[in-house]
Amino acid sequence: MSALQKMMGWIDDRLPLTATYKAHLSEYYAPKNFNFWYFFGSLALLVLVIQIVTGIFLTMNYKPDAELAFISVEYIMRDVEWGWLIRYMHSTGASMFFVVVYLHMFRGLMYGSYRKPRELIWIFGVLIYLMLMAEAFLGYLLPWGQMSFWGAQVIVNLFAAVPFIGEDLSIWIRGDYVISDATLNRFFAFHVIALPLVLIALVAVHLVALHEVGSNNPDGVEIKKHKDPVTHIPLDGIPFHPYYTVKDIVGVIVFLMVFSAILFFAPEMGGYFLEAANFVPADPLKTPEHIAPLWYFTPFYAILRAVPPLFGSQFPGVVAMGLSIVFLFFLPWLDRSKVKSIRYRGPIYKIALALFIVSFIGLGYLGLLPSTPVATIFAQVFSVIYFLFFLLMPWYTSIDKTKPEPERVTG
Amino acid sequence: MSQEVDGPKVDVRKRKFLIAAASAVGGVAVAGVAIPLVTSMQPSARAKAAGAPVEVDISKVEPGMLLTVEWRGKPVWIVNRTPEMLELMAKHEDQLTDPKSDMPQQPDYCKNEYRSIKPEYLVAVGICTHLGCSPTYRKEVGAADLGADWAGGFFCPCHGSRFDLAARVYKGVPAPTNLVIPPHQYLSDAKLLIGVDAKGA
Amino acid sequence: MKRLKNFLFLLAAVPVMAFAAGATVHLDKAPVNPGDQDSLQRGARMFVNYCLNCHSASAMRYSRLEDLGLTEDQIKANLMFAAEKPGETMKVGMTKSDAKSWFGATPPDLSVIARSRGADWLYTYLRGFYRDDTRATGWNNTVFDKVGMPHVLWNLQGEMVPHYKEEGGHQVIERLELAKPGSVTLAEYDAMVGDLVNYLVWMGEPAQVQRKQLGVIVLIFLGLFFVVAYYLKKEFWKDIH
Repeated sequence: MSALQKMMGWIDDRLPLTATYKAHLSEYYAPKNFNFWYFFGSLALLVLVIQIVTGIFLTMNYKPDAELAFISVEYIMRDVEWGWLIRYMHSTGASMFFVVVYLHMFRGLMYGSYRKPRELIWIFGVLIYLMLMAEAFLGYLLPWGQMSFWGAQVIVNLFAAVPFIGEDLSIWIRGDYVISDATLNRFFAFHVIALPLVLIALVAVHLVALHEVGSNNPDGVEIKKHKDPVTHIPLDGIPFHPYYTVKDIVGVIVFLMVFSAILFFAPEMGGYFLEAANFVPADPLKTPEHIAPLWYFTPFYAILRAVPPLFGSQFPGVVAMGLSIVFLFFLPWLDRSKVKSIRYRGPIYKIALALFIVSFIGLGYLGLLPSTPVATIFAQVFSVIYFLFFLLMPWYTSIDKTKPEPERVTG
Repeated sequence: MSQEVDGPKVDVRKRKFLIAAASAVGGVAVAGVAIPLVTSMQPSARAKAAGAPVEVDISKVEPGMLLTVEWRGKPVWIVNRTPEMLELMAKHEDQLTDPKSDMPQQPDYCKNEYRSIKPEYLVAVGICTHLGCSPTYRKEVGAADLGADWAGGFFCPCHGSRFDLAARVYKGVPAPTNLVIPPHQYLSDAKLLIGVDAKGA
Repeated sequence: MKRLKNFLFLLAAVPVMAFAAGATVHLDKAPVNPGDQDSLQRGARMFVNYCLNCHSASAMRYSRLEDLGLTEDQIKANLMFAAEKPGETMKVGMTKSDAKSWFGATPPDLSVIARSRGADWLYTYLRGFYRDDTRATGWNNTVFDKVGMPHVLWNLQGEMVPHYKEEGGHQVIERLELAKPGSVTLAEYDAMVGDLVNYLVWMGEPAQVQRKQLGVIVLIFLGLFFVVAYYLKKEFWKDIH
């Protein structure tokens, strides 16, 4: 027995290291037919690591103080060695996180990854998405530019639209009557420690739940139904390590190429990742000419604006925005189809999903624009489609003509 | 069966080579990310600017007087030593730990009996080599609390370390070595630059 | 309820303001090239001579000008008028309250002005001053109407006067014409402003040249990594049928 084996034995008697490695990597059997869409889970994990590591190093030089925050970011960009690289990694990472997560969620919609027995995986995933939005919103205040300030102003004021308690609620969130130093300081605390902890915990639970039931696949059939009679290994399963580790490395490199191309050659990404107005220090007396949230929030912002005020209250819009995310939680029970994967669904679901994606992207685009009467009508149409996708799902998924699922995965 | 990992067709050498190559390139990638992160903890341009050499006008330092200036956040003493002081300094070398300044506590151009470029001007970092307190300047010879044989020098109030007027440590005190002489140079008779050696030195 | 009203007002105001922003004038393309050190050096000289009297660049250290191929002694001799050490940032002597009483607004810090305004806007703005006796300073600007800043470069450019045309019942400025020549020709002036804007763009992000150079290396490296990883994947996936 080698020294290494001895050491591993010593550890394994005290900590299930080898057992964990086997359960989650070398003997975790994943379907062999993962396609392109299955890269984005591991990529999301990679971006999470990038954000945490670069965030730690940014914290070393950033000052959560209304007087110093803006200049401390420029200090990082200029005076701190490699500070610009670390900051751009973090700012690019924030947007790329949403790119990856949106594609990951779309994968779930296509292949029915939220269906029984994976309801909890999906629910934890939506919670991760919610936390990510909160994390991005809080973090966006920290550079203390004009967009930081006025974006936070508008979003916090959404809470003021809640009947009866709204006013007090928004003051409590800010710790002041306007977005101020107190707000910046608490947003910093939540951004750098509170939410990351929650996010990591949710990601861990998401993965544990996934590994308990096993991964879905593009055919939406359960590989555990057909096991080798002797070894009890799923016939269509392959060990995650080495097969999917080597495959994911390829995906990671391609992703990093895209990431680097943006970071090194277009870190502002034409104003979508870093907005021009955010290079002006926050000025509570002067609103920028055009306020739009960062691109990953714009679909929800467009829904907010599409709903007309009721009795002079913006509350219905706020409720609609909230519901647009709440509906995601119920997806596993709204879908009544006999099959999971889009491959075996009928035309109705395919059209519904296509309309949903078009609406979501359309809303995202409209959310970037100043609202005009025509844009508002479009936003209203897209919002209605967005909600009908969920509301009518029990009906159209049960009447949809599905094709028979295969017994085993196909190629 | 979907897996034949140990089948005869597997080219183990090729796999080992590819794993080694990927590990090597991956290692370079990890290092490439780690280096900027680690380097970012070095002094920033602002810290370097604050730690830049300090120019001092020494024409106002009367004989026997001490001037303290700040360089890199540390006190630097400039003492204008009188001829009497210089004379006394030579007489107690047997009581010193390192009278010849053999330990590298000074630039080479200050490795002499006065530990200075010009005999009269002592330039030293006023941080005790024991635990980092700043000793006090006690020039009065035979001061009551320091003993009749006190020849003038520096006394550390924290743990009682004693240094003479060339910032050399006495034997039998906690401080192990002489005080540090910072790199410095004379721009003119009245102008001292602390923080850099003379060009070519 | 007041918060809510403010918020509603804000929401209602957004489209109006955005519409106003939509009606901006045409911007000329600025000749920006952060790799042209001669241009950047000329621009830096313009900047410290003309801009730094009123505008600070509080994130920018004089010593960083060494990136433009200047030595510390050159910076000290030619470009440092308001500082003692090259490690200092580009501060300005004027206090904020003085500035506000003189110009009606505090001149903004210019460290990242090129990133918020854009190079083309700056290039057009600095060439867009014209005589307007209704203004306290005697100057107005084609892209920044009723600007508080006077035409600091007027002795170079000379005095421009607007040439109007009729459009939808309004008098709009069609172009500016030179009424009183300055010390340089208009073409020379454009080139000087081009250098200045080039410098402002560089100063907005001094690491940008290094950033692009590093980017090429990183992408080449990742390309190499891709090849290795691709063959690694292909080799292992031979097992899977």
